[in-house]
Amino acid sequence: MNIPEHLHYTAEHEWLHQDGEITVIGITDHAQGELGDVVYLELPEVGSEIVQGESFGVIESVKAASDLYAPISGEVTAVNGDLEAAPQRVNESPYDDGWLIEVRPSRFADEQDTLLDASAYRDLLA
Amino acid sequence: MHRTPLHSVHRRLGARMVPFAGWEMPVQYTGIVAEHRAVRTAAGLFDVSHMGELEFRGAGAAAAVARLTCADVDRITQGQARYSLVLDQAGGVIDDVIVYRLGDRHFRLVVNASNTEAVLDHARAVTSGIAALECNDRSAEFALLAIQGPRALGIVGQLAAGDVTAIGTYRCRPGRVAGHPVLLARTGYTGEDGFELFVAADRAEALWNDLLAAGAAAGLQPAGLGARDTLRLEASMPLYGHELTRGVSPLEVGLGRFVSHGDGYVGAGAIAAQRAAGVPRRLVHLHLAGRAIARQGYPITTAAGAQIGTVTSGSHAPWLQRSIAMGLVARKYSATDTELAILVRGRAHAAIVVARPFYRRSD
Repeated sequence: MNIPEHLHYTAEHEWLHQDGEITVIGITDHAQGELGDVVYLELPEVGSEIVQGESFGVIESVKAASDLYAPISGEVTAVNGDLEAAPQRVNESPYDDGWLIEVRPSRFADEQDTLLDASAYRDLLA
Repeated sequence: MHRTPLHSVHRRLGARMVPFAGWEMPVQYTGIVAEHRAVRTAAGLFDVSHMGELEFRGAGAAAAVARLTCADVDRITQGQARYSLVLDQAGGVIDDVIVYRLGDRHFRLVVNASNTEAVLDHARAVTSGIAALECNDRSAEFALLAIQGPRALGIVGQLAAGDVTAIGTYRCRPGRVAGHPVLLARTGYTGEDGFELFVAADRAEALWNDLLAAGAAAGLQPAGLGARDTLRLEASMPLYGHELTRGVSPLEVGLGRFVSHGDGYVGAGAIAAQRAAGVPRRLVHLHLAGRAIARQGYPITTAAGAQIGTVTSGSHAPWLQRSIAMGLVARKYSATDTELAILVRGRAHAAIVVARPFYRRSD
């Protein structure tokens, strides 16, 4: 199981990467394995607001549709448009080409305590 | 939860097991898309031992099957198989089945796992007046392995005594595969050529292993219920609980050619009335314009937004690489090329009615 050390994680199997003022969000290797072949994503529009704990989109595998829950609150600054034509990138490259959205966090100081580091996420999966 | 005789094999192969109709079944081994492609290009091996087997024997067997199913039983010869339906008095579908005529006075019905008991109870009720009839549920005695795909016949042929290609489509005969006594049936549920092999439960693991070993070089892979579902949908085959229910007539689902014009079966009166009056709905095959997935229960609307039906099955089609769906709609919207929409989480996605089947193999 691939769990990069430099990322933050959630119990909903999402990862976050702090890149200056911007946070990149995706789903973990474990999550893509559990979902199976990803065939469609519904992601928010650039400029929309997401709220921690609330659904910001849907990810569909062949078998089922699953909600994506916002790990933090903020404004969506970018969406991975490549996934429209190539949703399988979430399976092939969950931490890199398969990223979902970029967010400018609005309440990060309050919300960051809920995030897990790599070792805590590894314990969660154990 | 029931387990098939191949349960430990699936575990060893690393299958993801899921509950299905009271059975613990493999949904996938490597991945649904990869398994689906293996079946379209090479071959896949499925454990479908959860399916039920009901047998009818005796001088009254043909009369019993003719009462219970809407097949023209007198036209099913020994060694032939026929897709058929078990209907209720109102013409609603209790189950879809394959009828195998194993002898003059011996029939086997393969029924859906979830319906085995309902069909058995119904069979006993509607054939109670028929003399010289033995009706048995033999589901626990058999495992059922399906080997499907363009290379399936070659793989089975390597292991079988005699020429298996001489068994025609929807025909069956007893034989041996890798030394194991089996009933070879040239039937399936994937849109590909292949066999379904009935084998004694205690031989199932050895047969499975012998087939996988013999087929490895040809690309044979174990395939789960996930791929079975996408394969049957791509081949436009109905699934009980989706296209077929007690609330649906076989005429609405386009299965009229499988329904006898005789009057001897349960439901015949209702079907005759439906044939005379026409049915209000039709099953349509839909291509979605985009990649959104239409799942069972989603509303189907006109292009202008009026609801005219409901999705019965929908998925990404791994071979066609597009989003497809089947659904029941008001009859006047069922013509090919009709532009409709499907509401996915409340948002309309354009879809167009296409001819069935979505996929037909070329050979």
